[in-house]
Amino acid sequence: MVAQALLEVRNLVKVFKSGMMGREIVAVDRVSFNIEEGEILSLLGESGSGKTTIARMILRLLKPTSGDILYKGRNIWKLKGRELIEYYRQVQGVFQDPYSSFNPIHKVDRPLLQALKNLQGIEGSEALKIIRETLRKVGLNPDEVLGKYPHQLSGGQLQRVSIARALLVNPKLLVVDEPVSMLDASTRIDVLNIFADLRDNEGVSILMIGHDISLSYYISDRIIILYKGSIMEEGETDAVLGSPLHPYTKMLIESIPRIEEKWGRKSRIRLDVDQKPTAMSGCKFLDRCPHAFNMCTRKPNLIRKDNRKIACWLYKNNYNQDIA
Amino acid sequence: MMLDRIMERHRETLILLRRNRKIKAGASILAVILAIAVIGPYTTEYGPLEYTGAIGEPPSSRHPLGTNTFGYDLYSQVVYGLRSSILIGLLGGILATAIGVLIGFISGYFGGIIDELLMMLTNIFLVIPTLALLIIIAAYIEHRGILIESVIIGLTSWPWTARAVRANTLSLRNREFVYLARMSGMPTRSIILREIAPNMLSYIIMVFILQFGGAILYAVSLDFIGLGPTKGISLGVILQQAVLWNAVQLGMWWWAIPPGLLIALLLTSLYVINTGLDEVLNPRLRRQG
Repeated sequence: MVAQALLEVRNLVKVFKSGMMGREIVAVDRVSFNIEEGEILSLLGESGSGKTTIARMILRLLKPTSGDILYKGRNIWKLKGRELIEYYRQVQGVFQDPYSSFNPIHKVDRPLLQALKNLQGIEGSEALKIIRETLRKVGLNPDEVLGKYPHQLSGGQLQRVSIARALLVNPKLLVVDEPVSMLDASTRIDVLNIFADLRDNEGVSILMIGHDISLSYYISDRIIILYKGSIMEEGETDAVLGSPLHPYTKMLIESIPRIEEKWGRKSRIRLDVDQKPTAMSGCKFLDRCPHAFNMCTRKPNLIRKDNRKIACWLYKNNYNQDIA
Repeated sequence: MMLDRIMERHRETLILLRRNRKIKAGASILAVILAIAVIGPYTTEYGPLEYTGAIGEPPSSRHPLGTNTFGYDLYSQVVYGLRSSILIGLLGGILATAIGVLIGFISGYFGGIIDELLMMLTNIFLVIPTLALLIIIAAYIEHRGILIESVIIGLTSWPWTARAVRANTLSLRNREFVYLARMSGMPTRSIILREIAPNMLSYIIMVFILQFGGAILYAVSLDFIGLGPTKGISLGVILQQAVLWNAVQLGMWWWAIPPGLLIALLLTSLYVINTGLDEVLNPRLRRQG
């Protein structure tokens, strides 16, 4: 038997409709990928690429239009009652905005106590003991945060409490949606290191959603590049970011400001966000791609190429080898 | 015990509420008006529709607000009328707020086809010219009392509340703490009651104050065009009779001005309280002192 992936996403589609006869927006378009045990997988994309939508569907907060999400081989949308509780005991999430992750009218203790009570059935002094332990694990002093209201804590503290909430139940898979984008640069690495430690010491798998290539490079084992709801390139972090093949990935990497180079001199690359609706039939990147040619009016499939997967006609039958 | 906990949790807000000048001013006027409505009827020896023998007399010690062409004591009419106008406002306001909050909340929280249908209904009610509908309904009912009038008003003035509450629910429902509550295994019922509803309470209170004032105004309009309670008295009815019997042209200012002034004061105090509440409860408008 082939080793089963921890989480399998198959042909996931999410279409948002505005109103009863409003126009449809395809946020996620036939996306498939796996998350293996004990790895950190980064899902990278610009705003509107559908990355947060994918995270919410995996966390079972948003129902997919079609496609399946299998956790340990079971469709998560068929889970009910106790099985659902069990799912949330193994799969937890952390969101981007620490301020809206807490209800302003409750003390921050409440979500922590609730998670332990509903998911583990632990209450009272034992719950408090676990909470204090977990808070220390994410670098917080329990006495400084327990009994406080959200507005009495800083964004960094709140985000750590939010991470602690997810860790209380010792999950197997953690879905983190831009967990550090609202934190100060100085605390970002600390928080990322919490995730790296979890993978290394406890074998937790992490799906990290983000838009910052350097952060993903720092922490992840594999990377998926998402554009307008479709996967452009997928592979080991070093391979994808070290020698990018897809024109979009190349463009993203060239757009990282480097500390040793001033901007002006270099030929400026265009990363303007286009307003034109993309033809659903063709490649999503068509109107921004410098290498577009006639094949690109058809949608490229995600194919295996050397050590990665890529959706680009340039690599379909070794066309235009010189460009690559 | 329960109240203590709520007070404890909102101590800061309560202090700001008590310090706000608009709330202080509005609440004092409102308190005086409410006191008149509650106590007033016990301070007069005449019924509102009782012939006193004095016809069209100006204010005197016997009749503090004078009498009208039919010999009714206007002080009695005003205090009884105020009482029923406020009752109509309360009943109509509660009904409109309840329907609006219920429909708006269900629509916003559950979404999908339920949302589509409820919002279609709301939009239909929203574009019906309410006053015309009120006139037609009121004209069909032969014996109209305060209860019927407030029910009619309540049933027609909920739509904007439903839309506003729906928008509020939608934004709260997609707040991340609600997602986290779901991921913490909290049942839907307690997510609604413990996480979402408390955040909407201040908003609902403000909506109710607006609906209360709106219902009073609608009732006055109905009374004024002769579709008020068929028996009994209200501020609108006094005004209607004053106009019908040429009170102003005959120089009987004591007939027309006191009820009009009371309505204006009542609505102003409600509006001022609402503006004050907005300043305190809306974090973007919140100011100290």
